[in-house]
Amino acid sequence: MRRLVSGNEACAEAALRAGIRFFGGYPITPSTEIAELMAEELPRVGGVFIQMEDEIASIMAIIGASAAGVPSMTATSGPGFSLMQEGIGYAAMTEVAVVVVNVMRGGPATGLPTKGSQADFQQARWGTHGDHPVVALTPRGVQECFTLTLRAVEISQRLRVPVILLMDEFIGHMREIVSFPEKVEVYHRQKPRVAPSEYIHYAPDNNYNAPYASFGEGYAIHFSGLNHRSDGFPINDAPTIRWNNERLRAKIEDNLAYLEDNYVDDDPDADTLIVAFGSAARSAYEAKLLTDKPIAYIRALTVWPFPDATVRRLAKGRKRVVVPEMNEGQLAREVERCIGTDTELVSVTRNDGSMLTPKEVLEALR
Amino acid sequence: MTPAKASSRKTSFSPMIHSYLRMDERFPHVWCPGCGIGIVFGALIHAVHELKIPKKKLLLASGIGCTSRMPGYLDADTFHVLHGRALAAATGVKLARPDMEVVVVGGDGDMLAIGGNHFIHTARRNIGMTCIVLNNYNYAMTGGQQSPTTPRDMFATTAPYGAIDDPVDACLLASGAGAAFVARTTTYNFVQLKRLIKTALSRKGFRLLEVVAQCPTIFGRLNRIPTPKDLVTWIKAHTVTLEAAKKMDAKELEDKVVTGVFVDREVEEYSERYARLVKKVRNAH
Amino acid sequence: MRTEVRLSGRGGQGLILAGIVLAEACGVYEEKEVVQTQSYGPEARGGASRSEVVISDQQIRYPRAYDPDILVALSQPAFDRFAPQVKKKGLIFADSFYVHTDRKDVILMPFSETAREELGREVVTNVLMLGVLSAATGIVKLDSLKKAIKHRVRRAFVELNLQALDVGFKLGQEEWRKRSS
Repeated sequence: MRRLVSGNEACAEAALRAGIRFFGGYPITPSTEIAELMAEELPRVGGVFIQMEDEIASIMAIIGASAAGVPSMTATSGPGFSLMQEGIGYAAMTEVAVVVVNVMRGGPATGLPTKGSQADFQQARWGTHGDHPVVALTPRGVQECFTLTLRAVEISQRLRVPVILLMDEFIGHMREIVSFPEKVEVYHRQKPRVAPSEYIHYAPDNNYNAPYASFGEGYAIHFSGLNHRSDGFPINDAPTIRWNNERLRAKIEDNLAYLEDNYVDDDPDADTLIVAFGSAARSAYEAKLLTDKPIAYIRALTVWPFPDATVRRLAKGRKRVVVPEMNEGQLAREVERCIGTDTELVSVTRNDGSMLTPKEVLEALR
Repeated sequence: MTPAKASSRKTSFSPMIHSYLRMDERFPHVWCPGCGIGIVFGALIHAVHELKIPKKKLLLASGIGCTSRMPGYLDADTFHVLHGRALAAATGVKLARPDMEVVVVGGDGDMLAIGGNHFIHTARRNIGMTCIVLNNYNYAMTGGQQSPTTPRDMFATTAPYGAIDDPVDACLLASGAGAAFVARTTTYNFVQLKRLIKTALSRKGFRLLEVVAQCPTIFGRLNRIPTPKDLVTWIKAHTVTLEAAKKMDAKELEDKVVTGVFVDREVEEYSERYARLVKKVRNAH
Repeated sequence: MRTEVRLSGRGGQGLILAGIVLAEACGVYEEKEVVQTQSYGPEARGGASRSEVVISDQQIRYPRAYDPDILVALSQPAFDRFAPQVKKKGLIFADSFYVHTDRKDVILMPFSETAREELGREVVTNVLMLGVLSAATGIVKLDSLKKAIKHRVRRAFVELNLQALDVGFKLGQEEWRKRSS
């Protein structure tokens, strides 16, 4: 059925259909509509909505609810995303499944509440202290706000990780014609099949689709943000710390095939490659269509982990790589890491709250 | 039924206490000899045992600090959260699983400084949980810095010339925010401590119990009261009951800690209110 | 064929809702490709507000107006800012009560005055304006707008808005008859 829907509405609708039954949040433009919709809809499906006292409390509440077995989510924007970083790190360390939606706006500080940006791209990766991999997805339009919210919930539940959905104000408030599927597949976390005395919460092979216990199921589980052993108890010895870090790393890196998600439009005759994500990719692709030259194109839907190998392969032998984005050049840094020194990097940036135009990208393609 | 009597002099734990602990290589615990946290932990276990709260239904959550290490030793679902954030995380657990008995423990710094905002709002909402603030007047784990409860003119490593800040009163704060049950006691009075934990566990909504406890190793040493015995005696000397306090003037109460029950009222717990809302919304459609 | 419509004025004039109704009418009920966007300040009332609808028979990538084909300005600041950005052969509709201009190519229409006088409520200026656009430009059918209003406007106000739409449509037809005669 054709419907006119905004990005924020699509995100909330998908979250409900993906089985999100707990939402803790704090009002912030331009993500507030997601919270408002969840406040309205969650009681109808027997779920819980709570407006917390700030974003720190919001992320901690959804971690608590998820640890107690309920698929949970929050939505925020820049300033709130900054406050949530310690909680995101805690979820990563304790391996609790949560979805954090960041409808990006201009910054730094209070910045541009009603205008969009892509300036939290690197923050999504490096915003927490310590060092651990993260998963972040970026939709380019309203339909993808729906599909990627579904996917964010699924990844979080399968891998027991926080998943960040990087939307932006342009997409959150944009309305497009969409058609959502009548049925969606929902992955439900599996409960442990062993007796509590046999159960190990952070078992060595506890990776993809592994069963795990929640509070209140009789497994006497212990969560701690400290580096811990396989039973969750804090420990200070180097081998265990290495084991713990390796576990967090492997969980993402061993599942690259599952996590990677790109739209690729390659052209063997092209000497130029465009790398883009999210709403900037709309203008980038428009520019590709407007030029008469052959242009190769990749748009990452999963931006973290970054598709290093795919970008490297596509950039190989090309004269230049054009990277359009709405920040000061954060994606360009990532692309530069992947391409050889023989390939020229052209960074096209716009960071004033307005959407990058196809014309600006086109100039770089000349 | 007095399990405490069953303890022999040969073992440090009575079998009853033992049965509530994760007795593996987690021990010895992190707390210093003479610390007050063990007394509170023991009283909590006695209270849980006497009220026959099933372990499966019990969640013990905490933030960061000496007191916050308590959950690691309890054989139940335990949640060692970030500094100051235990109440927010416990809110999520309680709303997701209203059938669980949620207890949150933390020190004065954890609950009243970095976690102060969560403290106010969890009390305001009357989320169904028992919150035990163990007040030892300083940040002990990090070596004795000034906390929001450090009394005026007392010493801390970050108040080397004596504290000039006025301390916060956790009980007044919780009362003002609307908590259903608010009480204070000290580690000196174990019987009252256990009784108040039991009362708190039996009430609905947000229940605050502040326990003034000794930290001889850090706070005591910095303030020249370095032995557990002297520090507990010092706490006792500064304690008056609510009944006695009513007959004293402000000057006499200046350096006193008032113990007793300040608030005890019936409230509808938040998840009950939420369940009612769900029912209303669903019936309307 | 790409048509870019910009509806502009002050916050509180219902321009975002008008954009949504227009986009839904074209996109859902006429099965065209549409994207609706908006730009606004922090104020709920006053301030500058604009809503854009891009209508196309092809997939729309860049969602904003490059240079609008149709501009509606319901306030002087909006008119002053956006009128110079309209395409050479584009149409500019401005509210005759709130906008003053010497430009002869601008179509000054009594949107707000008609809403006040004929419907007794200035608040329906936005929908009345959509009626005018439908009659004067043909970018959207009156029937599609009616369906979108029924879906998007709160039930208690649907009737009033449908009236406003009809009044606007007639106003647009008359104006066009005058211009073509």
